[in-house]
Amino acid sequence: MSVVRLHQVVALLGDFPALAGVDLSVEAGEVVLFQGANGAGKTTLLRLCAGLVAPTAGTAEVLGHDLHEQRRAVRRRVGLVGHGSGLYGDLTVSENVAFWAGLVGAGTAEVEQALHRLEVAPRLHDVAVGRLSTGQRKRTALASVVVRRPELWLLDEPHAGLDQRGRDIVDQLIREAAAAGATVLVASHELDRVGSLHPRPVTLAGGIIREADHAS
Amino acid sequence: MLRDAGRIAAKDLRIERRSRVLTTQVLPFALIVIVLFAFALDASTDALRRFTPGLFWVTVLFAAVLSVQRIFAVEVEDGALDALRLSGVDPASIFLGKAAAIATQLVVVEVLLGLSVVVFYDAEPDDVVLAAVAGVVAAGGVAAAGSLYGALVVNLRVRDTLLPVLLLPVLAPVLIAATRAYGDAFGTSAVDGWAWLGVLGLFGVIYLLLGILTYGVLLEES
Repeated sequence: MSVVRLHQVVALLGDFPALAGVDLSVEAGEVVLFQGANGAGKTTLLRLCAGLVAPTAGTAEVLGHDLHEQRRAVRRRVGLVGHGSGLYGDLTVSENVAFWAGLVGAGTAEVEQALHRLEVAPRLHDVAVGRLSTGQRKRTALASVVVRRPELWLLDEPHAGLDQRGRDIVDQLIREAAAAGATVLVASHELDRVGSLHPRPVTLAGGIIREADHAS
Repeated sequence: MLRDAGRIAAKDLRIERRSRVLTTQVLPFALIVIVLFAFALDASTDALRRFTPGLFWVTVLFAAVLSVQRIFAVEVEDGALDALRLSGVDPASIFLGKAAAIATQLVVVEVLLGLSVVVFYDAEPDDVVLAAVAGVVAAGGVAAAGSLYGALVVNLRVRDTLLPVLLLPVLAPVLIAATRAYGDAFGTSAVDGWAWLGVLGLFGVIYLLLGILTYGVLLEES
């Protein structure tokens, strides 16, 4: 079953065609690596799949929902880790994750589990996110996505700012998500690291896909 | 819907309690405006007492603009607005949560300003109940409109300067009705304050309905 199905998708950011006719099909359980230079359209493609950017033209379906009409239905089923952490600097680590967990009906146990899984040290749970290092903030952001149990993971430079252990945790998270049947789309410049996950590489340039292997 | 609205309001009020923007910036700003009005009117107690309702509500509206700006700024500082949209929460819940948090802050501002006009303007309400009810109802209307226009400008680079230009004219009916209600409460004008309270209530209901019905579109387009 195709989780992502895009045909000649165009997405304008203002007047700028961030995506200029993308064709892509991703099956359930696949790990896909988007690569390309800055401005190639990787982030816009992930945000489009999250339902945050509307397609201007073309046909676009994610998780069976039309992105022209049903973006809200898509959003609640995806987890996006983007350039912003999506966290509130004045709230503590626990409060942030608990807030996002509460909105999807998850409880305290899931919050503790997610923080444990991301190895956020318990002594940091009551520290305001604004006081955390970039790496710890990234781990907290990932924890707040983990509690959502997304069917489609959208990870934009997920290793950026993390130490070696944090990077290993992200790799493990991706492996486990795919093994559990979730689909993972990763945009990354760290090809060596992501390569170990054996993803399907897709290269973007100028808002279109230049090179893509077929699904394995 | 109300449960999620409560979570969002509680989150915003918790952020406020930690950051103390209300107590260290908005409230001092409102007090300064009240004192500056006194300077501008030559500290004439008669004039200040007579104009207390209008001066009070103009100050509340200025403070409201700051509160609305702050409550939406926390959503764009590190991408939280995207996360909120991705949460799948009903946009009406976001609207109601934001409005509730703003209204709570405005009631705090009104209480402090009420005390300050007693001290600085020597003005005391004859009808405390009318003043209190009008204060709460007006805060609800201002908060509903503020939540609506805050979402409209939240993703614009010029949001801080554009918000007052859009919001203050819209709040003119609140200023008029609340000033009339307070004129009655403070005994400075011979009007039926309770009738003006109805206007305030109507304004609040209209903006609550507008927000509930249109917030989804606003968040999409902002």
